[in-house]
Amino acid sequence: MSEIDFLSWVRGPGFQIAVIIFIAGVIIRFAEILFLGRKTNLAEAKGSEMSSGLRTIVTRSIPDRSTFKRSTFTVVAGYIFHIGLFVTIFLFAPHILMFKDVIGFGWPSLPTQVVDAFAVVTIIALLAVLGHRMRNTVLKFLTTTEDYIVWLLTILPLITGYIAFHRIGMTPTTLLAIHILSVELLLVAFPFTKLMHAFTVVLARWYNGAISGYRGVES
Amino acid sequence: MTKNKDMTLGDTLRSQGISRRSFLKFCAATASMMAMSPAMIPKIAHALESARRPSVIWLSFQECTGCTESLTRAHSATIESLIFDSISLDYHHTLQAAAGHAAEEAREAAMEENFGKYLLVVDGSIPMGNPGYSTIAGISNYDMLMETAKGAAAVIAVGTCATYGGIPHANPNPTGAVSVGDLIKDKPIINVPGCPPIPVVITGVLTHFLTFGTIPELDHIGRPKVFYGQSIHDRCYRRPFYDKGLFAETFDDEGAKKGWCLYKLGCKGPTTYNACATTKWNNGTSWPIESGHPCLGCSEPDFWDGGGFYKSISIPTENITQTAIYAAAGAAAAGVALGAMNKSKKSSAAAAHNKTTIDDLEK
Repeated sequence: MSEIDFLSWVRGPGFQIAVIIFIAGVIIRFAEILFLGRKTNLAEAKGSEMSSGLRTIVTRSIPDRSTFKRSTFTVVAGYIFHIGLFVTIFLFAPHILMFKDVIGFGWPSLPTQVVDAFAVVTIIALLAVLGHRMRNTVLKFLTTTEDYIVWLLTILPLITGYIAFHRIGMTPTTLLAIHILSVELLLVAFPFTKLMHAFTVVLARWYNGAISGYRGVES
Repeated sequence: MTKNKDMTLGDTLRSQGISRRSFLKFCAATASMMAMSPAMIPKIAHALESARRPSVIWLSFQECTGCTESLTRAHSATIESLIFDSISLDYHHTLQAAAGHAAEEAREAAMEENFGKYLLVVDGSIPMGNPGYSTIAGISNYDMLMETAKGAAAVIAVGTCATYGGIPHANPNPTGAVSVGDLIKDKPIINVPGCPPIPVVITGVLTHFLTFGTIPELDHIGRPKVFYGQSIHDRCYRRPFYDKGLFAETFDDEGAKKGWCLYKLGCKGPTTYNACATTKWNNGTSWPIESGHPCLGCSEPDFWDGGGFYKSISIPTENITQTAIYAAAGAAAAGVALGAMNKSKKSSAAAAHNKTTIDDLEK
């Protein structure tokens, strides 16, 4: 297999397979969650589920003071790598082109040097959270193999993307193909691992707020 | 021009009215182009001056003659073209006057006379599907290449067809085309890809061979590093626009008129290694990106099968939108079915549930 065959495969059939698994997996998992249904609550509603739910989506996304004090590192590093992932994935010109090709519309990009800087910071933040996880006894005890796999799948596209952008070591064709392949691995694993939180987080936070809202208490 | 095989290159150049000054200028330009130290200039000059015109046999197989056009059709009599004239081009079926048996005899005579010393230049790919796909004087391309390569000091594959298969090799490769490097394993091969390659690159390679008697340093796919060492993207004068995120979206929008980056129009600059951005074409007049067209990546293997010239390299080659819609529809149906199954499981479990009373516990 020549390197252009490799690139053609990851841009063609490989990407198709990954997208099918990703989309089908996410939808099936959502359907399973939603069709589980909820028991009819016989208690009288003391407030609105919807408004409390929507509010909680926002409030739970901002750490409260005590949580911030207790786990400052986790909160700060977590925010950094999530924002970094957003910027590198969605605001890099070649990525936007890919989205435009698939969903039909694009948006403005950031200068490549800015995205490059974000990528470096994100990689450092991800390495730091792994270091923290390994050093903290409680966190280490709670960490499963899946957590390490998910961490690896998240950092791989960043590292391969950084190397592909700077063209270090191999030909750009091979580097680009490896980068796209690493993203495909992430897409395939996405619906079946805790990576699903990117979608379920909204639902879960809404539900937390809705329970409190129904009872008429602050969430 | 009288071609006297005993004349040195220096003699030939002088007879053409080339001054010592312009000859040394050419040597200096060649040295700098090939990233050599200035101390090498006199050595190049000496080697070129005293070189006997080397015998060159040029074989054209499955090709379009574009490479020959590129290398020979200089608009003015440049010193490069004179150097080119000054090799003893003993066989080139497009350029030579002889035809038929006389032409083949010229090739055989040159091979015999200069056995082990002549340079073999090949343009075009070699069909392996059926020898009859491409023949010269009834000799298949494969047979001619293998026979002529035997006595060659080195082989220069010119153009992407000879170096990597090129257009004939493009999917589905009906003739079973292969490159020179696929067939010849026991001779030094210099790959000079491009569709066509830049003229100065071939004269540079020839100069190197005449000066040092060796082949230049090659990259992992056999290309001289001096010319193919840097990507088009890294040397592109439009690179600042890429970095700023300023792109031409179509061929006639404001971005195109302002000369912004052509990445979105499918430019293969980031994955292409060639000297166009620095050497340029037509005596340094311009090059594809400067004239507003994205790089096709013509000096890279299989550039025809790279997923579309006008599709940028970061986007999928298949119709992912359609795939996504089908996947979503299928998954929604599967999700509903799974949900229904889970529900019926739940309700049958509820139906099968026996209530435990205090009486049961006291039994």
